[in-house]
Amino acid sequence: MAKTTSWETVMGLEVHVELATKTKIFCSCTTEFGGDPNTHCCPVCTGMPGVLPSLNRQVVNYAVKAGLATNCTITQYNKFDRKNYFYPDLPKAYQVSQLYLPICRNGGIEIEAEGGGKKIIGIHEIHMEEDAGKLVHDPWTDSTMVDYNRCGVPLIEIVSEPDFRSANEVIRYLEKLKAILQFIGVSDCKMQEGSLRADINLSVRPVGSDKFGTRTEMKNMNSFKAIARAINGESKRQIEVLEEGGVVKQETRRWDDNKDASFAMRSKEDAQDYKYFPEPDLIPIEISDEFIENTRNSLPELPEAKRQRYVSELGLSEYDAAQITSSKYLVALFEENLAAGYPAKEIANWIMGEVMRMLSDSGKEPEEMGFEYKYLGALIGMVQKNEITRNTAKKVFKSVFEEGCDPVKYVEENNLKTVTDTGAVKAAIEEVVAANQKSVDEYKSGKEKALQYLIGQSMRALRGKADPQTVTAILKEILG
Amino acid sequence: MNLKDMTALELGAAIKKGEISAVEAAKFSLGQIDKYDEKFSCFVTVQDDVLARAEEVQKKISSGELTSPLAGVPMGIKDNMCQKGIQTSCGSLMLKSFKPTYSATAVEQIMNAGAVPLGKLNMDEFAMGSTTETSYFGATKNPWNVKCVPGGSSGGSAAAVAANECFYALGSDTGGSIRQPASFCGVTGIKPTYGSVSRFGLVAYASSLDQIGPLARSAADCAAALSEIMKKDVKDNTSVKTEGVDLNSVLNYDVNGMKIGIPTDFFGEGLDKDVAAAIEAAAKQLEAMGATVEKFDMPIVKYAIPTYYIIAAAEASSNLSRYDGIKYGYRAEDFEDLLDLYTKSRSEGFGMEVKRRIMLGCFVLSSGYYDAYYRKALQAKALIKGAFDKAFEKYDLILGPVAPTTALKIGENLSDPLKMYLGDIYTVMINLAGLPAASVPCGFDSKGMPVGMHLIGNYFSETKILGAAHAYQQTTDWHKRTPSEI
Amino acid sequence: MVITDELVTYLEALGRIKLPEESRAKAQSDLQEILQYIDTLSELDTEGIEPMSHALPLTNVMREDEVAPSIPAEDVLANAPAQKDNYFLVPRSFD
Repeated sequence: MAKTTSWETVMGLEVHVELATKTKIFCSCTTEFGGDPNTHCCPVCTGMPGVLPSLNRQVVNYAVKAGLATNCTITQYNKFDRKNYFYPDLPKAYQVSQLYLPICRNGGIEIEAEGGGKKIIGIHEIHMEEDAGKLVHDPWTDSTMVDYNRCGVPLIEIVSEPDFRSANEVIRYLEKLKAILQFIGVSDCKMQEGSLRADINLSVRPVGSDKFGTRTEMKNMNSFKAIARAINGESKRQIEVLEEGGVVKQETRRWDDNKDASFAMRSKEDAQDYKYFPEPDLIPIEISDEFIENTRNSLPELPEAKRQRYVSELGLSEYDAAQITSSKYLVALFEENLAAGYPAKEIANWIMGEVMRMLSDSGKEPEEMGFEYKYLGALIGMVQKNEITRNTAKKVFKSVFEEGCDPVKYVEENNLKTVTDTGAVKAAIEEVVAANQKSVDEYKSGKEKALQYLIGQSMRALRGKADPQTVTAILKEILG
Repeated sequence: MNLKDMTALELGAAIKKGEISAVEAAKFSLGQIDKYDEKFSCFVTVQDDVLARAEEVQKKISSGELTSPLAGVPMGIKDNMCQKGIQTSCGSLMLKSFKPTYSATAVEQIMNAGAVPLGKLNMDEFAMGSTTETSYFGATKNPWNVKCVPGGSSGGSAAAVAANECFYALGSDTGGSIRQPASFCGVTGIKPTYGSVSRFGLVAYASSLDQIGPLARSAADCAAALSEIMKKDVKDNTSVKTEGVDLNSVLNYDVNGMKIGIPTDFFGEGLDKDVAAAIEAAAKQLEAMGATVEKFDMPIVKYAIPTYYIIAAAEASSNLSRYDGIKYGYRAEDFEDLLDLYTKSRSEGFGMEVKRRIMLGCFVLSSGYYDAYYRKALQAKALIKGAFDKAFEKYDLILGPVAPTTALKIGENLSDPLKMYLGDIYTVMINLAGLPAASVPCGFDSKGMPVGMHLIGNYFSETKILGAAHAYQQTTDWHKRTPSEI
Repeated sequence: MVITDELVTYLEALGRIKLPEESRAKAQSDLQEILQYIDTLSELDTEGIEPMSHALPLTNVMREDEVAPSIPAEDVLANAPAQKDNYFLVPRSFD
């Protein structure tokens, strides 16, 4: 067999999203994150004998919203099924899910394709189901401890078509999906708390082939970066296996981000026979045309529409608009200050510059920004009114971002206002000129660099509180 | 006052009038249990707070707070209904040590009506069986003949009522588990329309078929008990709002002009001739009371048992998976790892019949067989419902035998599961269609064992079924007979 | 449909049970007999019949999204065969 030199990675995603309901899917226990072990539980979510599920209306509402926002068709007669398997985190030994009639089907999300252009990632289906409990390893007894607090938290599973060809496409899709779900308010999508989890089905094939290779399923990636690493690692592993003449085994693999490698999970004895059948304890759900239309009309402006509007109406660049609309929280920051009357481009510049830099430096997500959004506008306002310099504003923003302080008070308390008294500015510059005769001479002999030095020294003497243009003008005047 | 011959309603009325106190009534029942239960083994647990409860109820009756016609009447609860703080074993080693921290809705409702529960009644393990022999706690005996089974799975409930150990009982019926033991023990029992009594807290056997219902000495007693528990419950997604049972209408029911159909297919091979004769005689009696009776064909009957066993076993295999030795119930003492813990706990905790049905259920749901078995059975279920819908366009009630025979000897069917399953031929279809049906005493066979007639009604026609049964009981005394030993 | 020994083993694994050695053969023949009887259902013509899970045509029973108190952890664990620090305890179940 001729050696194939180039390979293509093919991927599909199963994204589990915890819905932002107040209560669990089948009982009235809170969905609040955390809590002492087994304190957000009742007989229903711990699968006690004889208990029955009672469906939370909001779960259906949210699932329909998610479906409409991702261009799906809503299944107007849908039902729950039982997926049967034994595991300690699943107290009933079956998960209530939807196999035969999932609530949403045939949707899609548009992303930027690898190598330019747009590409639609198909959504095969979205179904409702319940989350499992949490297992904690107890090193003292070498056993496993089970906490059912998360058990029964409502999930939607968004199953994509195998349309991905690169890690970048996967990340773009996830970013977009996350933004949409946050915008419509159905989930907070916090990966750290596990409210958004992506499993990746991945196979490789020779470029040009139209057959799929054997796929593996990868779990346990808890950040976008880990997902990208896992995809690259697993593609490489499969290609190596195939190039060495081996075969890829269909299996579930767990990504270990610390070891930068994936490991096959112990195969289950029952060879994945989930014995699905219609859940007899839950009656079917019928969704009317009217309900679908009302839900559609109640959807907020989605990120894609916002992005287009930011470009066409507000004059932002394509890139800036795309970045800002990638997060509900950045949009809120932008729109709140826009509504307060600050210029769109100026706010966008701040978000793309300082806000993004602080997020990246601190390793935070936009939803973790702890300051009041109006403070950004207050800073912009002070710069506009020449009350502080742009440089001062950047320094003040650091404190706003890190400590959440009110910039107006901060500027006042730290005496950071621009010195507007030209007499005082002139006096300070004269002192600098007198102390740096050497530079003055150099400038006079034609060295432009010396002027920059003198400006710097003057700004320093004024502790940055003067407008650099004014300083330059006065300096030039003094130097003749 | 001779409590022995009283119905639950008569006792309730006497308590209300102050002729007897709830405490005295409870003492009488405890005395009966002392006297007979060693022999019949109806109870798995006798509560130790019966007299305290009776005293509390009596106070509320005296103060006028409790007005239910059954307030203060001692009763029993099948051991698959959760009762807070009381062992709920389901007749299994698996749940021998299980004490729920919650109560079944039906239990709460009957307590709210002033019931004085005496304890928990024996049953086939996880309600799987029709003889009450598969109970981990030993077989219950038929009070009419201790060598015979009481039927099942609510055998403890039926036998306790027949033996006067309690005045009425709650049972559950998945494929005949109220009606067949009622028939075998000569008491009246009704399985109401699916969804009309909450299943919350009833330990599930087959979720789409399970229903709670009462067993008692008369149709009127059943109506009184049923009216307390036939209420919509938000905790049960399949619960339906109904008009309930109207006890007054039941007491004044007239069968004159009623149209009753008898499926000829109920009288095929396997039906005991004494049973057939008793049913024919009951039909004549109803005719004499003014009803018209006619025969009609219902060929789908022969597919009822396969359909039932596929659906029931499938659901059971899933429902019983939660018994894994982790959260509650039996846990094997020695195990090597998680899989071993599961397998040993379940193998030791479940009896043979339960294991058989789990395996059958796993088979019909397993990949490759689902369509041929489970899906097919759901289609057959639709056809069975359709056949009844058609029949009820013409008839008010359908009449037939409850079981092909009277009570069998203990051990007779235990080793032949298929033969035992075949005994469910008349009852299982009713659960598949979700219809209400009662067993009403209508005679005895040549060996002196009771025979019950099956009165099947359309959805939510409990008042009609029990009304007709009550009218019949006004002109017959089969239901008043008691075993010679009592 | 023939119930082979392998199938019995597979069904045991699916149900997480193990039949006692001495009753295995009998269980196999019982299952065979039951299945043979159940197979009579294949004679029934169900062409075009919609499978029916629920006999009553009920739909859309839902509750509002309102929090009710959970139960104390002691009650959740009241019947647990093994527990530690308010967790259920099971044999090591990580890969």
